[in-house]
Amino acid sequence: MIAFFLRRALWFALTLWAVVTVSFVLMRSVRGGPFSNERTLHPAIERNLQARYHLDWPLWKQYLQYIGPLNLDEAGPRFLDGDGSDPFGGVLVGDLGPSFKYRDFTVNDIIAQSLPISVALGTIALLWALLLGLATGISSALWRGTRTDVAMRLFATTGIALPNFVIAGFLILLFVFGLPLFPVAGWGTLRHLVLPGFALGAPFAAYISRLTRTGMLEVLSQDWIRTAHAKGLPARLVVLRHALKGGILPVVSYLGPATAGILTGSLVIEKIFAIPGTGSHFVNSALNRDYTLSMGVTILYTVLVYALNMLVDLAYTFLDPRISVEDA
Amino acid sequence: MRADLEKTEAERLLREARAARGESLWFDAWRRLRNNRAAFLSLAFLAVVALGSLLAPLFPLPSPAHLDLQDEPKPPVLPWTNLGDHDWDEALYRREHWELSFFDSALVDLRATLFGTWQTGAWLGTDSKGRDLLSRIVWGSRISIQVAVAATLCSLLLGVTYGALAGYVGGRLDNLMMRIVDVLYSVPFIFVVIFLITLLNEYRTTLRDEYGIEYISVFYVVIGMIYWLTMARVVRGQVLSLKNAEFIEAARVLGASTPRILFVHLVPNVLSIVIVYLTLTIPAVMLFEAFLSFLGLGVEPPKVSWGLLAVDGTEAVNPVRTFWWLVAWPAVAMGSTLLALNILGDGLRDALDPKLRGQER
Repeated sequence: MIAFFLRRALWFALTLWAVVTVSFVLMRSVRGGPFSNERTLHPAIERNLQARYHLDWPLWKQYLQYIGPLNLDEAGPRFLDGDGSDPFGGVLVGDLGPSFKYRDFTVNDIIAQSLPISVALGTIALLWALLLGLATGISSALWRGTRTDVAMRLFATTGIALPNFVIAGFLILLFVFGLPLFPVAGWGTLRHLVLPGFALGAPFAAYISRLTRTGMLEVLSQDWIRTAHAKGLPARLVVLRHALKGGILPVVSYLGPATAGILTGSLVIEKIFAIPGTGSHFVNSALNRDYTLSMGVTILYTVLVYALNMLVDLAYTFLDPRISVEDA
Repeated sequence: MRADLEKTEAERLLREARAARGESLWFDAWRRLRNNRAAFLSLAFLAVVALGSLLAPLFPLPSPAHLDLQDEPKPPVLPWTNLGDHDWDEALYRREHWELSFFDSALVDLRATLFGTWQTGAWLGTDSKGRDLLSRIVWGSRISIQVAVAATLCSLLLGVTYGALAGYVGGRLDNLMMRIVDVLYSVPFIFVVIFLITLLNEYRTTLRDEYGIEYISVFYVVIGMIYWLTMARVVRGQVLSLKNAEFIEAARVLGASTPRILFVHLVPNVLSIVIVYLTLTIPAVMLFEAFLSFLGLGVEPPKVSWGLLAVDGTEAVNPVRTFWWLVAWPAVAMGSTLLALNILGDGLRDALDPKLRGQER
């Protein structure tokens, strides 16, 4: 168990280092910076701005400053947080630096404000995807070959075949302008969550439904399920208590990629529904060339996805006794 | 006497063996696919889409780039219109198109002879800039299919080479290579790619003017980079199970080099599973193209792709007037194609690899 965590931690450190380094090099090698579209800047001001963010340093020095809790500046810490109180610590201590565009905010501030919103949206989407996916998948497997099965599979495949912003467009047409049930955009109340959650979760519900169906079909043909039926257990118990545990294994291993997908999918959904989450910040920062912010969000999501994948692997060992932690 | 009998017996066996036509894997798979009605219909539908996209200039459609800025989007109308000589100007039609290869030019000529100055009305309506939606969908299919196929081929090349090498060499190298794949799985690639593409945008003109590389071909490679991981894993698994087979041993004894064994002997044998993944990767790439279009990082107008059309439709959603056709038709085009690809992929998987029947991924 300890070996498992140690090994994972080692690979995690390597992954993170690679992501940070590659994106750092890419970010700094690009011509033009976050300030280059403000054409009217006086050269002196631009020099000052560059000095403020240490963009005038050689690349290796900038890199070390970005990574570590070092102070490489002979003239004392110039590279300050938004309010000028804190010297910049570096990625190693969890400080992602100041935002280039939102002058008074650090990347950490922005993430702290927006991440809870994204997490709430993602959780709703995932829960609803699981609920719908498992329900349709199980009933599809139980009524295999019937019209219900065909209809549900068609629904599942369609869900995979449409981009989520198109689903969002249809939802807005139907439930905002057609039947005025929900607000069109924004954030704050529970009703604001329904449509974005649905649109975000729909493709994943579809995929989970397919996975559940095949997983359940495989389990339902096993001998021990027949035994359970033969000893007179009610069908409901056989399905829920005996078959489901084995049948949802593929779904569990899909949860890691699904969560990653929901996080990235929320880029689009947050933009459509004007939700102030991390995803919309990422998109804007990438388009505004706010490199520290977009790097910060990339790093954040790398950490999230890695941690979630590890959790999923652990959960797998609990659900499937044939797999031990050492294999994972 | 006895020797004679044995000889005739042997001849009979030989005749029988000759008479029994061996069924190749491909023939067998084709038969099974044909029996799967949904998959076969999907294949036919996809063939129609591909053909339609190839022959786009032949159809009597309005120009997909013809702007008419006075009007708001017009709802679908059915009739044909004869524009008359003064309105259907072939030179103008040609000028308004962004790219006409020699082949396309010939098709435009053919169109002019076949349909004269007749063209369809706005069968699917027009968009906010007065451009004909049907025409844009037909022309947009070209770029969508191009991106999907090219990016998928990139991922194929990378994934198959990587997976086959790891599986065949084995040992430490295999371990290391697969660990790297594991690590890459947990990198949120979409973020990295968006990051990369925004950076590439900076160099758009430099790339074109100095290196002669179109932005879009870099685009293919970058998208292809995301989708090779699963392919590498699958191919490696297949190669692992094949590499100790007798025909590989025989090749090695005969002195074939490692690259030769890899590409001549091993890769053709993993082709079936690769084709299955191909049909499942293409939809993913098309969706990703749509996603990038949504972020404004996709193809540049006046070029058009299905992703861009879907985005236009979503952006036209507003409370004052419902331009439903702008949302619905691109969604129908894209949705039905991707649906067909998914169904075909499932069907191919069942047909090519009965062991995998009904499994996901």
